[in-house]
Amino acid sequence: MNRLDFSVARPAGSTLATNKLIKNTYMLLSATLVFSALMAAASVMIQTPPGTYLICVIGAMLLGMFVLPRTANSSAGIGVIFLITGLLGFGLGPLLTYYLALPKGPQIIATAFGGTGIIFLGLSGYALTTKRDFSFMGGFLFVGMMVVFIGMLANIFLELPALALAMSGGIILLMSGFILFDTSRMINGGETNYIFATYGLYLSIFNLFISLLHILGALSGDD
Amino acid sequence: MELWMKIAAAIAIGMMLVFMFPRAKYWLEHGPKAEKGDWQAAILPILAVVGFVILLVMMVR
Repeated sequence: MNRLDFSVARPAGSTLATNKLIKNTYMLLSATLVFSALMAAASVMIQTPPGTYLICVIGAMLLGMFVLPRTANSSAGIGVIFLITGLLGFGLGPLLTYYLALPKGPQIIATAFGGTGIIFLGLSGYALTTKRDFSFMGGFLFVGMMVVFIGMLANIFLELPALALAMSGGIILLMSGFILFDTSRMINGGETNYIFATYGLYLSIFNLFISLLHILGALSGDD
Repeated sequence: MELWMKIAAAIAIGMMLVFMFPRAKYWLEHGPKAEKGDWQAAILPILAVVGFVILLVMMVR
């Protein structure tokens, strides 16, 4: 093998691996989003009680913390990611039922859904085309999430609508940052497991949708 | 929100905080530092998101 072959072959292999990771991630992400939407529709149809959301989020959180890291390197990880996203989708049922009962509810849900899709595609497309490394945002994003969690924790007992709205605004900004961060990590080799990559992007989309739904609901005059 | 739901939500958020703390610490200490133009490249699309959300709010009002 001469020097030219060597220098050409290595980046090509790396590019192939990155392209495969991106392809697998977006395919799994699409499948989990469809599955999640089906579970949400089922949850709306059977009129699940309000506590369902919290139970499903806690269940998904525990699976994401303790089960996914142990299974992400095997085929069982795919089952776990579907279980997590299915649970989160199912948990959306009571929230969607609440918004559907509002006069502008269907419009709010459709706008939040479409808006989430456009934001995700725009930001992910931007990160893919610029190929810039956004991993420098990691510290800022994780600290930002901790601040938001502290605010949410306080607001469970304070019950201030303005603080809840501010938290939703903050989450939209942070999730936008996480989409750039996660996508650039896939391109630049920071993330090599497509199940973890899917999980990160799915959580960003899920949180973006919930926060957008909250903001649109509150500012439409219906909430 | 019922009391049991408040307590459960508080425990869940507390767990998330505990789970997130080492990650935040790791990224603050070992994460790559921004180079010239990096923050600008990140802030511009996020500002576009802010503008887009304002547009969505105007659409549903």
